[in-house]
Amino acid sequence: MKVLNVIINLINAAVLAGTPLLLATSGEILTEKSGNLNLGVEGQMYMGAIAGLAGAWFAEQWFGTGGMIPLIIAVIFSFIMGCISGLIYSVLTVTLRANQNVTGLTLAIFGTGFGKFFGEVLGHKAGGFVAVGQETKAMFGNINFGKLTETPFIGTLFFRYNWLVYFALIIAVIMGWYLNKTRSGLSLRAVGESPGTADSAGINVTRYKYGATIIGGGLCGLAGMYMSMVNQKGIWVTDCVSGYGWLAIALVIFSTWSPLRAIYSSIIFGGLTVMYMRIPIPGLPTAIYMMFPYIATIIVLILTSIKQIKEHAQPASTGLNYYREER
Amino acid sequence: MQDTKPTTVDNVVEMRHICKSFGTVQALSDVHFELRRGEILSLLGENGSGKTTLMNILSGIYFPDAGDIFVNGKAVTIRQPKDAFDLNIGMVHQHFKLVDVFSAAENIVLGLPGGMTINRRSLSKHVREIADQYGFEIDPEKKVYDMSVSEKQTVEIIKALYRGADILILDEPTAVLTPQETDKLFDIMRAMKKDKKSIILITHKLNEVLAVSDRVTVLRKGEYIDTVQTKDATVQSLTDMMVGRSVSLEIDRPAPTNVKPILKVQSLTVLDQEGSKALDDVNFEVNGGEILGIAGISGSGQRELCEAIAGLYPVTGGSILYRTVVDGHEVDENVVGLNPNELVKKGIALAFVPEDRLGMGLVPSLDMVDNIMLKHYRKKKGFLVDRKSPRKIAERLVEELQIVTPDVFTPIRRLSGGNVQKILVGREIDTAPRLLMVAYPVRGLDINSSYTIYNLLNEQKEKGVAVIFVGEDLDVLMEISDRLLVLSGGRVTGIVDPRVTSKQDIGLLMLGQSIDKEKGADAV
Ligand SMILES: Nc1ncnc2c1ncn2[C@@H]1O[C@H](COP(=O)(O)OP(=O)(O)O)[C@@H](O)[C@H]1O
Ligand SMILES: [Mg+2]
Repeated sequence: MKVLNVIINLINAAVLAGTPLLLATSGEILTEKSGNLNLGVEGQMYMGAIAGLAGAWFAEQWFGTGGMIPLIIAVIFSFIMGCISGLIYSVLTVTLRANQNVTGLTLAIFGTGFGKFFGEVLGHKAGGFVAVGQETKAMFGNINFGKLTETPFIGTLFFRYNWLVYFALIIAVIMGWYLNKTRSGLSLRAVGESPGTADSAGINVTRYKYGATIIGGGLCGLAGMYMSMVNQKGIWVTDCVSGYGWLAIALVIFSTWSPLRAIYSSIIFGGLTVMYMRIPIPGLPTAIYMMFPYIATIIVLILTSIKQIKEHAQPASTGLNYYREER
Repeated sequence: MQDTKPTTVDNVVEMRHICKSFGTVQALSDVHFELRRGEILSLLGENGSGKTTLMNILSGIYFPDAGDIFVNGKAVTIRQPKDAFDLNIGMVHQHFKLVDVFSAAENIVLGLPGGMTINRRSLSKHVREIADQYGFEIDPEKKVYDMSVSEKQTVEIIKALYRGADILILDEPTAVLTPQETDKLFDIMRAMKKDKKSIILITHKLNEVLAVSDRVTVLRKGEYIDTVQTKDATVQSLTDMMVGRSVSLEIDRPAPTNVKPILKVQSLTVLDQEGSKALDDVNFEVNGGEILGIAGISGSGQRELCEAIAGLYPVTGGSILYRTVVDGHEVDENVVGLNPNELVKKGIALAFVPEDRLGMGLVPSLDMVDNIMLKHYRKKKGFLVDRKSPRKIAERLVEELQIVTPDVFTPIRRLSGGNVQKILVGREIDTAPRLLMVAYPVRGLDINSSYTIYNLLNEQKEKGVAVIFVGEDLDVLMEISDRLLVLSGGRVTGIVDPRVTSKQDIGLLMLGQSIDKEKGADAV
């Protein structure tokens, strides 16, 4: 029984840690499916993290109440902030045809600085440090499922999470359906695989690239909000994103560009990132633990390149900008 | 915008005063073009004469700098591909526009309006209906990456028809097809013509132009030359119009002089990916001062043979003996198992122009100088590369081979196919090889460029180089080769003297049948 409890607790922790990864990974998958390799996820998450926290905090001030309203404002702010970061990336790479890698890395650095700077500003404004009230905090805590949570095994395994966990799952499932089953999803994939083909088939390549990158950025923004509102419980912590954005990029590869596979891979990654706290191996430094997700990614890269499944590969034009009259 | 009315309503397409330039390159200047309902029109011109550019303008890929377009008598503006197929214009591009990881059906339906999700069953049914109507064979569920080129082309054509195209543009569709596949395509084109569809065919093969088209429009260096009825045209008249002067269509075959052995292939056997024999007990010799032609249905082992000799394909059995001079003595050195780099180190002067020019031969995004340097830099010692001499070579090649390029610093992917091929052949010849292997050197080349290449090969032969010429046009092979080796299913079915052997007999050898000894097989 004790072992089972440890395992269930580990799974709980893995799911909680994996949720922001799932959100950001879904966002990045959407972006890459349009042929944009956005390496700026880390920065986008920082931007979403501060926008979400600031939104919640200001909402509390303006409306004089915690709870639902600050929650909604936090969601909207972080999503919009993420969208704006995606828009910046799109303007630079799609319209101005700047190099994608350089733009993405710059966005990562810019967004990190943006988050940290405004975190400090907000701290000054709040007189010391920012923290949301209890009521708002509770909105990001575990949902009260009543008796259900108590059900042995099933309850503890499935009903001990905050709403974002279920939200992220739904997003991933919807995205899987969108990419694989819908007409518009087919067009998006065509844009990422071969923009010239999509263009000559009458698809508006620019619109799809913008759309996917902006929505994808929005999801990264929500992932950032998760870091500040759930992980740090509504308190601004300078290093709140702490590399999760880079993990999400690795996770895109690990889940071979499929949002459905991202569901279980994000739990595995989540588990790997919290393992050092749950199952410490004496003498093994934490830094080694932190490497596990990346090692796992390398292994998946090797395996997929050996197996050569074309459907599991990066969209063929990812990283390349498109210009119709270029050849 | 001088004229606003088309001359006759019989023209489904009329283009007037079309101009288009790319940077400093004037690709089209003041070009006229007319297409009639229910006709097959050939668009003819040398490489780089602007055929693809003109058709890309009609299909919305490029936007013209100036000029008017009329479709069905109405002035139209085509800004993007979608505008083109709203006007029922469909184009099958020279480099296919298909998504590799999609199925045929997904490619066909791509970008079309409709419900949120795709009803795959009714889609497949509709695709099959179109296929049956015109006699295509297609499996709607097959993934493009599993398809042969001719299957991909079928998908492209059905894609255009599915969109309701009445005007179909085919850009060099036959360059990649076998003769049988070409015949099938032409039957389909005739069926479409009966259906009152209008077809524009771009091809360099003049016999195809004469066989299938009703009229021929000729472009030269971005300018409109003339349009003639096919029934009044001959290969010679079309060539002269294209080139702008009278050219001789005879291929030289200077008598071999100073013939001496250079390469001996003995019992060569190699396996393909599945482990069956791609080459089976192949024996032959190549001599300096002669051209050995290699004929065969495509996929009979030509590629494996060339790559094995060049050290690029693993050899299972047999030997490849290369005549070298060691300490003043001539010895036959077995080069099996050596990679290209080791071959160079051994002083084996071998040059290879592969079938896949932009994949294996040249780097598309680099300019001429850098592409030449790739072959050149090893000759020089030192840490820094020398860019002066490759630049000189590049400039010399441009002049000698009349390569059309803005300058030697333009990425070669911007150049037309013929010019790319001239660069590759020119670079290889410049290494002063003793053995020159060329695979399908004139594929996709216009007639004038083809003759330039033939002349280059003959020059090398006269210099004493051993030339191996893998070709697909049997007429050309028979005219240029001193000896002709026929491959069938990885086996040598004959080495004949093309001067005394009939085309029919060689055809039989290609199909794997033997011919009577007296008739000339093994005569050499
Ligand atoms: N997208 C492009 N960018 C730059 N140059 C181009 C482009 N497309 C065509 N050209 C140039 O325009 C000329 C005509 O090319 P093209 O229409 O492809 O010739 P063809 O199809 O008759 O062989 C060539 O000199 C070619 O290099
Ligand atoms: Mg062309």
